[in-house]
Amino acid sequence: MLTVVILIILFPLAGAAVNGLFGHRLREASGYIGAAAVGLSCVLSLRVLLWVAGGGELNENVYTWIAAGSFKAAVGFQVDALSTIMIVTVTAISFLIHIYSFGYMRNDPGFARFFAYLNLFVFSMLVLVLANNYLLMFVGWEGVGLCSYLLIGFWYERKSASDAGKKAFIVNRIGDFGFLLGIFLMVSYLGTVQYTEVFAKAPLLLSTGVATAIALLLFVGACGKSAQFPLYVWLPDAMEGPTPVSSLIHAATMVTAGVYMVARSNVLYTLSPAAGTVVAWVGIATALLAATIALVNTDIKRVLAYSTVSQLGYMFVGVGVGAYTAGIFHLFTHAFFKGLMFLAAGSVMHAMQDELDMRKMGGLLGKMRVTGVTFWVGALAIAGIPPLAGFWSKDEILVSAYRSGNVAIWALGVAGAVLTAFYMFRLIFMTFHGQPRDRHLYEHAHESPYNMTAPLVSLALGSALVGFVGVPPGHGWIDAFLSDTAGAAHHPASGGLSGGMLVGISILAGLLGIGFAYRMHRAGRLGAASSNALHGLLVRKWYVDEIYHAVVVRPIHRLSQALARVLDAMVVDGIVNGLGLLVKGSGWVVTRFQSGNAPTYALWMVIGVVAVLYYVSGN
Amino acid sequence: MAVPVTYYLILSAMLFAIGVTGVLIRRNAIVIFMCIELMLNAVNLLFVTMARYMGSGSGQVFVFFVMAVSAAEVAVGLAIIIALYRNRQTLDVGEVNLLKW
Amino acid sequence: MEQIFFFVFAAIALVAGVLLVAFRNPVYSALSLVAAFFALAGLFVLLNAYFLAAVQIIVYAGAIMVLFLFVIMLLNLGHAGALERVAGKYRRVAVVLLAAVLVAQLGFMAGRHWAGTPVSDEAPLFTDNVNAIGKLLYTRYLFPFEVVSLILLVALIGVMVMVKRDRGGGESRSR
Repeated sequence: MLTVVILIILFPLAGAAVNGLFGHRLREASGYIGAAAVGLSCVLSLRVLLWVAGGGELNENVYTWIAAGSFKAAVGFQVDALSTIMIVTVTAISFLIHIYSFGYMRNDPGFARFFAYLNLFVFSMLVLVLANNYLLMFVGWEGVGLCSYLLIGFWYERKSASDAGKKAFIVNRIGDFGFLLGIFLMVSYLGTVQYTEVFAKAPLLLSTGVATAIALLLFVGACGKSAQFPLYVWLPDAMEGPTPVSSLIHAATMVTAGVYMVARSNVLYTLSPAAGTVVAWVGIATALLAATIALVNTDIKRVLAYSTVSQLGYMFVGVGVGAYTAGIFHLFTHAFFKGLMFLAAGSVMHAMQDELDMRKMGGLLGKMRVTGVTFWVGALAIAGIPPLAGFWSKDEILVSAYRSGNVAIWALGVAGAVLTAFYMFRLIFMTFHGQPRDRHLYEHAHESPYNMTAPLVSLALGSALVGFVGVPPGHGWIDAFLSDTAGAAHHPASGGLSGGMLVGISILAGLLGIGFAYRMHRAGRLGAASSNALHGLLVRKWYVDEIYHAVVVRPIHRLSQALARVLDAMVVDGIVNGLGLLVKGSGWVVTRFQSGNAPTYALWMVIGVVAVLYYVSGN
Repeated sequence: MAVPVTYYLILSAMLFAIGVTGVLIRRNAIVIFMCIELMLNAVNLLFVTMARYMGSGSGQVFVFFVMAVSAAEVAVGLAIIIALYRNRQTLDVGEVNLLKW
Repeated sequence: MEQIFFFVFAAIALVAGVLLVAFRNPVYSALSLVAAFFALAGLFVLLNAYFLAAVQIIVYAGAIMVLFLFVIMLLNLGHAGALERVAGKYRRVAVVLLAAVLVAQLGFMAGRHWAGTPVSDEAPLFTDNVNAIGKLLYTRYLFPFEVVSLILLVALIGVMVMVKRDRGGGESRSR
């Protein structure tokens, strides 16, 4: 089975290598190679899933990567329920998105390059989730970060795209810094980075304080990668990348790496309830913040991006309150419906000549049946309407939050659910219903080709059905499957509202949001400008970017300029010029000896002999 | 009356130093070459002296080798001098500064 | 008796050495070097190295010095116009001082180690000097001996290559 696991990882790498090296010759074929590589990985991942479901488990080192004293880090892989869920999600969604990209990226001059990056991303992501130690996970972590950067800036000739790529990279750096510090702390206290050893030793060797420090530092890394407050700012800008990338990397897979990491480190978070609480609160704050921004945004992809940030917040709520299974479950279902909605949005863009502004859309359902219907499915799923996937997973998170005693978080989560349903259906009504706002664009709209609609349909089916692995809530197949690795903390239903009532409230929240959106749609007030102060605040995204600019970017700029003027001009240049003068001067002195005159050389030699003799005779 | 070893050694050192002086102040390549021969002979004298003092034949064998090698060296050196003179019409080592680029 | 001979030979060698350096005419220098070689041969006899004394006269004073003189004549360096310029005054003084320091150092070291020790006064080292050296050469030092013969061969060929005038047309001649 180890061979299979290695093959799963190597297929995308091989695809990336072939496409990267020979892409310019392959043209069309590079798409087939890329999709085939991921497809093979996907098939093998399903094979692994069956094996693990049958009780298989694997944790093996393939190669000793670093050996320094007692510290060892290996290239090794751990296959258990958690990583299996992840590889299945990653490879399955990737495969569909590869197929979709055939149609979407056709005629793009960077076709082969696109597939090379995409395959490289899949490879890195698989390394991230299959690694059996934090260091190798970090390798994958950085790998996906790099691919994210490359793909956001895929159309690098556009300044906004390359800026967005840099923003994503730099913000992620901050998170990675925390992650690295966490790993260092782990090494210094536990002397190992391998999961099994860390989790075995942590309860014995770590005080609560140190455990909290490690857990929080790791969470800083997760915040960066999974776009949580305050490091979420890169994700909306990441929409500058091609839509399949937004769908795959910035909705379905990469951004969930943080959730995966926290769930993987559940032992550490169990040791430190404080860290868990922080995670849950950051998660719910992010969920609400992003949802409110999504309420007013008119860019179809950015609404989805903020929605992603918001949903990631829910996942962190799940893992933060100790319901690791619920968090991973939501990750799993979210990958389907959010991937679906992004692809559908891409399909809309395709039809609308890359128009992103929802205020120019409308009434598209008539022209784009498949896209519209699949989008409806996705939106219902995310709004938490049973029996679609999002309902089961989001509900499980909210119930867990309630049961763990965090009633405030639960209440806020329900409020977030209302907002979620509202902005999603606002998007649907503005895009697919009502009157076309831009006649010209509407006339040219058309349904996308089959290789784009087929993945939409597949993902819509997934969005509708994958939720059933979690039925009945708390005791579904996925709960049993993950119970060993993700150590779900089950809080008994004691007191308070009963399970049925909680579910009812969730459903009501979703319906409320939808109903509100419908009323505004009927009143024709969706997308209308408003002079409301709150509206303005939301349009400016709570001024977070401006605050960052004032608090972080500008001071750094100033400091750099000051340093450039003082330190660089005087100290650095002084040293450099001084060295130059020193070398020049000593060179001048030494050239006096290099006269080219043999007798002079002989004279110096004799002087040397006399000096040596003086030294020798002295002893 | 026997001669002390020290005398031979100092004589050898003086001959060597004279050779060094010649090498350093003369500019005619042939004369420099002859001075080198004088230095070699000073060393030969040292070898023979020590061979006598230590009662060993090896020192004399080394002198023999030195002579043979210096014969070869003279042959090659004089050939170089002839080639040099042919090319430059001078034997003044001050003029021959090929070592300087 | 021995000491008298030593001082005589030593004086000849030193004077000849100084003259070698001092003469402006290379022919005179060469002749004084011959004198120095003869004096050294005498010292070798005093040290019981009869074979080497003979070789010194035959090889050095004979063959090698003849070669030197031959080259001097060939290049016609004996005439007054070929008299060389010597090094500058300061340099000469500096070099002589340096040589004096060198002698002082070596003499100091020699004196410290062997002060007053006579050269072994026992029976002559070898009654049959040539025989003994021959034995050593062909037994213990056989390999160096063969190497030396190879060096001589290489020198022979090298000299011919270097001195041979290129007759194959003027173009390939350097300069």
